[in-house]
Amino acid sequence: MNHLPLIIKREYLTKVKNKSFIVMTILSPIIMIVLFGVVAYLSQLNNDKVRRISILDESGLIQDAFKDSEKIKYRILDTMSLGAAKSLVEEASSYGLLHIEKVNDVNALSNHIKFYSEEAPSLTLISEMESTLEKKLTEIKLENNGVDVAMINASKTPVNIAQESFKGEKTSKIDSVVKLIFGGAIGYLLFMFIIIYGNMIMRSVIEEKTTRVIEVIISSVKPVQLMLGKIIGTSLAGITQFVVWMCIGGVLMTIITTTMGIDVSSMQMQQEEMIKQASVNPELHMQVQDFIMAFNHLPIVNLVIAFILFFAAGYLLYSSLYAAIGSAVDNETDTQQFVFPVLVPLILAVYIGLFTVIEDPHGTVSVVFSFIPFTSPVVMLMRIPFGVPLWQQLVSLLLLVATFMFTVWFAAKIYRVGILMYGKKPSYKELIKWIKY
Amino acid sequence: MSNLLEVNKVSKKFGDFRALNEVSITVPKGSIFGLLGPNGAGKTTLIRIINQITMPDTGTVRLDGDLLNSNHIKDIGYLPEERGLYKSMKVGEQALYLAQLKGLSKAEAKARLKYWFERLDIGDWWHKRIQELSKGMAQKIQFVVTVLHQPKLLIFDEPFSGFDPINANLIKDEILRLRDDGATVIFSTHRMESVEELCDDIALINKSNKILDGKLIDIKRQYKINTFEVGIKAADNSGLKHELSQKFNVSPANFKTLDNELKLNIKIAETETPSELLSFLTSRGEVSHFVELIPSVNDIFIQTVTNN
Repeated sequence: MNHLPLIIKREYLTKVKNKSFIVMTILSPIIMIVLFGVVAYLSQLNNDKVRRISILDESGLIQDAFKDSEKIKYRILDTMSLGAAKSLVEEASSYGLLHIEKVNDVNALSNHIKFYSEEAPSLTLISEMESTLEKKLTEIKLENNGVDVAMINASKTPVNIAQESFKGEKTSKIDSVVKLIFGGAIGYLLFMFIIIYGNMIMRSVIEEKTTRVIEVIISSVKPVQLMLGKIIGTSLAGITQFVVWMCIGGVLMTIITTTMGIDVSSMQMQQEEMIKQASVNPELHMQVQDFIMAFNHLPIVNLVIAFILFFAAGYLLYSSLYAAIGSAVDNETDTQQFVFPVLVPLILAVYIGLFTVIEDPHGTVSVVFSFIPFTSPVVMLMRIPFGVPLWQQLVSLLLLVATFMFTVWFAAKIYRVGILMYGKKPSYKELIKWIKY
Repeated sequence: MSNLLEVNKVSKKFGDFRALNEVSITVPKGSIFGLLGPNGAGKTTLIRIINQITMPDTGTVRLDGDLLNSNHIKDIGYLPEERGLYKSMKVGEQALYLAQLKGLSKAEAKARLKYWFERLDIGDWWHKRIQELSKGMAQKIQFVVTVLHQPKLLIFDEPFSGFDPINANLIKDEILRLRDDGATVIFSTHRMESVEELCDDIALINKSNKILDGKLIDIKRQYKINTFEVGIKAADNSGLKHELSQKFNVSPANFKTLDNELKLNIKIAETETPSELLSFLTSRGEVSHFVELIPSVNDIFIQTVTNN
């Protein structure tokens, strides 16, 4: 008799009807959005604040280098003693005082600049002033050595190498960034999914053990069926939760964007401004075009299919291990020693994905780990946006599915014995022995 | 085919530990079969093998003539010793789920549950969660779930634990009724008085081996001790006692009487008959009490296990 649908249904319904599950499903996106809103609001608050900085420039060389910006206003003080300047700044409740000593030798000047402030100054402010000073001092030194600064500035040539594959597809730097974000998001999603719902499966197995309902169940159902039913039912509940999160998140985002429209767009403006500053040749519409082009360059069909297959196989691989762990122990506190080794390859995969794949998506390390079954779901999914030959994807998937079938078999063996074992905290040695039972 | 279940030379090892060693039992159709043994003897392993939870290393199990297979799941109802229900599920939902796992359709399961819940007076618990119920109430539900699919073979492991005497009696009557309706029952317990009361056949397992089995009455005959509890009144009680102890194996007995009689347990030799003893006694005094001592299952259990 095939009871799989019945078991899946029960697992799904009990998960979905569970109060804490419902609360989590509804509250999580709200909490996230509220958090996001608060952070956005706070950063806005912070940004609105105008900082006043007084400059006491005894050398007389630097003062004209500082230009007022939206958030920082500079005031050049008349020549006075440092003490007088400090008290003046304090009274005027300015943010701080930048003091440049009078030094005869320009080369030594860099060691005679100090910033005084009430509280520890913000890092960005300091680095901004540092870069301004560096630029100015370099210019002064260049001029002192008889170099024409204007000429240097005029000779600066920004270079933006156009990229094209042998097949004639145009790419750009933004391409890599988009691929990175895509791969990173997918890898991270899989990672989170495995941890959250793997744990849920494990708890549900332990629950059956602690309530001792297990023996009644497996007198009617094969343990493998029960295990698979649990994994599938819980996964469906997980997918439901994810979909609800997406929907609520989407709706809330729209509401927030429409009601507080200005805030969000101004934040976007800032980001664009940052990109503009960082990029050598700032042409906004070019950037947007590049971005859209980069997105279009992603192997979308390949990515979607690979995502579904690798995600499913990778998730099932890990969740069967979680089920086996749940069956081997009596309570959740005993799970730690087994969960950690399971998580290690997963964490490894995410790190390899983030550091190696981005650096060199087709390098030896990336390729090898995109074949090893325990890391391949994450690493391969991160590699695919950069273009992976079909045969590599297929071989990797084949290995993954084979391993998945092996782990399900292995987990089922442990599960079959483990669910009937009580009062023992099993060792690895014992688990191996169970396989032979 | 008069035997419902035939277990033939079943062995099972867990690593180096031999849980069952060539154990064979036969359970006649329509009987109540007592599966006895000390803790850790291998009873649970045997029961799990019959339920196809564990596979035997060697040996065969036949149910109704056929080797055990997955079709037999619906023919067996099993109430394990370690039992429980999903705590957060509602009684009705849970019972339906478990019944459907045994192959009943939802409608059928619902109708039968209604019947049983009314019968055992648990009708209004349908929407309660198990965690809200007392242990005894949960046990009742578990019993209903075990018998609901009307299996040919019912296996009860310590069915009375957790019940108060009234409910234990209720369950006992239900078990007897199920037997009368044609079910065969395997009954594993440490309560010897219920074995005495219910079982037709027994098997005793100790240290992975079956050491005794057969019809309870035959086993009792086999363990007959040829001893009689006697109450007798003579003119000279101590003289009679002396005379009897010369002739027989005599030990003092303890039972309640109305008069000041001589109370003895008298063991006769295999060659002598009870009527010979009785006629000897009547010639010596007035016999008020004459009962053959039948070994209790408890005695047999302790005796065989300690001698083994």
